[in-house]
Amino acid sequence: MAAAEGSGGAGGPLFAGLADVSISEDIPVEGEITVPVGSRSPDEDFSTLDEPVRDTIMRDLKAVGKKFVHVMYPKKSSALLRDWDLWGPLVLCVSLALMLQGGSADSKDDGGPQFAEVFVIIWFGAVVITLNSKLLGGTISFFQSLCVLGYCVLPLTVAMLVCRLVLLAGSGTVSFVIRLIVVVAMFGWSTLASTAFLADSQPPNRKALVVYPIFLFYFVISWMILTFTPQ
Amino acid sequence: MATVDDLKFQEFDDAANLLAANPDATTISIDEPVEIPKNQHGRLQEPGREEDDELLGTDDSDKTELLAGQKKSAPFWTFEYYQTFFDVDTYQVLDRIKGSVFPVPGKNFVRLYIRSNPDLYGPFWICATLVFTIAVSGNLSNFFIHLGKPTYHYVPEFRKVSIAATAIYAYAWLIPLALWGFLMWRNSKVMNIVSYSFLEIVCVYGYSLFIYIPTAILWIIPQKVVRWVLVLFSLCLSGSVLVMTFWPAVRDDNRRIALATVGTIVLLHALLAVGCLAYFFDAPELDFPAPIIPAHNGTVNKITMPVSPSV
Repeated sequence: MAAAEGSGGAGGPLFAGLADVSISEDIPVEGEITVPVGSRSPDEDFSTLDEPVRDTIMRDLKAVGKKFVHVMYPKKSSALLRDWDLWGPLVLCVSLALMLQGGSADSKDDGGPQFAEVFVIIWFGAVVITLNSKLLGGTISFFQSLCVLGYCVLPLTVAMLVCRLVLLAGSGTVSFVIRLIVVVAMFGWSTLASTAFLADSQPPNRKALVVYPIFLFYFVISWMILTFTPQ
Repeated sequence: MATVDDLKFQEFDDAANLLAANPDATTISIDEPVEIPKNQHGRLQEPGREEDDELLGTDDSDKTELLAGQKKSAPFWTFEYYQTFFDVDTYQVLDRIKGSVFPVPGKNFVRLYIRSNPDLYGPFWICATLVFTIAVSGNLSNFFIHLGKPTYHYVPEFRKVSIAATAIYAYAWLIPLALWGFLMWRNSKVMNIVSYSFLEIVCVYGYSLFIYIPTAILWIIPQKVVRWVLVLFSLCLSGSVLVMTFWPAVRDDNRRIALATVGTIVLLHALLAVGCLAYFFDAPELDFPAPIIPAHNGTVNKITMPVSPSV
């Protein structure tokens, strides 16, 4: 406090003369307050309300398509994690459940899973795995994890398609062996792809604890695909 | 005002020197929980209970209560509260699984492995794995048993997954709840040294179910003798873990009640194994020639009678 008084009284070089300034109350103070912006903000000329509907849809479709490509070639890119969306998982889940439909419903209770059961297993399983990884201390957000797990069902959906085509040709031992090889390969691909995306967000001494439920999840889906027998 | 000298850091003498100066001072020593420093016990011990202390870990229980008080301080509606139940590393989970499969005679599973850090990861995911293992193995076993028959049409039997899930999760959560309630009730009547929290009981039950996973896979082998040997073997292993955990908790009670409790625990465990074997796995069929019955149009039919699906 002693130092502050000293500089004010001596009229230091910074604030010289300000002590004498007073604003009279008769003079109205007016002007414009503008924030000097270097460039125009992007929102001004990019209103999604004005663009054609086709552009809106194509933008989302391209994002979904790009994520599909990322799943099939799981390099260490973070596009899946950064911009999550749940369109892809929904499409995959619905198509997988539709293809698993109608599996040997001759007897009342011994058939394959129904549409609702596949749907619930995939979504409930993904939620449980996400909760598990968050409870173990993972840093990934809830919807990002759901997005990754849903998109990594893509190889298994491809396997289901292949299995149905093979079953059209016949259902003997040869077709079973082909289906087994395809399903096992796609199961490995799904698990490796999702592990590549999710394992980095976990504490290092708990990685195995997080990867194992993912393995179990895709194993159950693979089992449902492999045991599909058309009626 | 404190002088500058008083605020300087002082080196403390070695504990031995201090004790030599003042032999009557109270001392505290912190040991490994497995060891039992006998000079720390305030009460007299009978020689027969020394071996039981390893089961009880009474020296451990004071510290575990302190630790338990520090850990779960978050209110139950926050996410952090539930994170305290998943505070385990990979090697800890593997150690607990190993401890449930290879029971060390005389060592208490809870005191040795859980040590006031019960987790829900093990029980939940072991039960989930067991559900799917039993359903898949049962399906495979039935497929192989009925493989050669021309009338057999393979069915995935997906409904059995939900039945298995209900049975196993009910066993792994309701039985510990009942057991915990029963132990709490007996604790109010008889002063027990050992009392387990609900989560520790859930933990023991969850990890003790692990042995059934490889057992269920081996049940695919369609031989009755093999299946029953597996049942007995796994029942012995996991049953012994449960018995060694819960015997110290009921030992001080009335003799009959203690034996009845431990007997019920083992019986329910056996019932789960036998029930799963009976319901999900068809019996391997025995083809024995039935008496030849002449059909109406004169041709002779030989009938083979399959054994009804019971073990």
